[in-house]
Amino acid sequence: MGLFTELKDSISRVTDRLFAEEEPKRIGIYGPPNAGKTTLANRIARDWTGDAVGAESHIPHETRRARRKENVEIERNGKSVTIDIVDTPGVTTKVDYEEFTDEMDEDDAIRRSREATEGVAEAMHWLREDVDGVIYVLDSAEDPITQVNTMLIGIIESRDLPVLIFANKIDLDEASVKRIEDAFPQHKTVPLSAKEGENMDEVYANIAEYFG
Amino acid sequence: MPKATNTDDPDAPDGVQIDLISGERMDGMATMEKIRMILDGVHDGNIVILEEGLTPDEESRLIEVTMAEISPDEFNGIEIETYPKSETRNSSLLGRIMGGDESAAKLTVIGPANQIETLHKDETLISALVSRD
Repeated sequence: MGLFTELKDSISRVTDRLFAEEEPKRIGIYGPPNAGKTTLANRIARDWTGDAVGAESHIPHETRRARRKENVEIERNGKSVTIDIVDTPGVTTKVDYEEFTDEMDEDDAIRRSREATEGVAEAMHWLREDVDGVIYVLDSAEDPITQVNTMLIGIIESRDLPVLIFANKIDLDEASVKRIEDAFPQHKTVPLSAKEGENMDEVYANIAEYFG
Repeated sequence: MPKATNTDDPDAPDGVQIDLISGERMDGMATMEKIRMILDGVHDGNIVILEEGLTPDEESRLIEVTMAEISPDEFNGIEIETYPKSETRNSSLLGRIMGGDESAAKLTVIGPANQIETLHKDETLISALVSRD
């Protein structure tokens, strides 16, 4: 009897695995520093799991390690997708610790800049190896045609990763979603304010549709 | 590690060195050889201009290696400029036949972050200010 039960359990485990739902897709949240990536990651995570992902700050490079929030199930308009949100440090080609010395003492600024450089390298590594899709977050109040944006979008395209562009901070007076749409016409642009929670229905509909 | 600028050296030439590197010279080089050549030039305070630029994968590795070499008060990183991707150019039949999407055949300017400042950039023009430090 014991042997029979063991065999039955074993078969059940195998069939469970065979018919299990797909693995969650790892969706990397990328973009330049201070675009609102962590605010967005926190908004999504709080809306669907009740937990946050990480600390937000107006000082650039607050996120200096990639952080993953697993199994976030998003449903909209009859479509659903389960994703792991990977909140990544803002990508840049330069880091000057003196940028931070107004906000903290020199030792902390140097430590922050060193961690920021490690974080950027980590973000690049995730992009090359470990994400299945990308949400590219831009500050709508800033010029989107920068070298970092051009390069990163190029890198994402070269890896054939699905990408949605999120034009964040539409609550700001200077925001221009059109400027972003014109800069990257080959990709879908979704306007939102992660901070104010504006247009999140469309955000979730697009995530469920595009990554589902 | 070489200094980011040569302004402390009394024998250094009074100006900014610009290295224009042909596509032909880059052709036979491995990714890390290209990156080393670029960053060695930038560490010496030079402006490096690549006739044919880098592939997206090489750009990603250039960012990674640059980050590893940033050091407070010595090297703040790089400024790099290429033209933004042009939809018209890349989606043309000829572009596709020639592998236009994969090609990095775009003039690329790279310099020390503290010496080069982009003034204007669009699909057909890059305007930059280069200073000695």
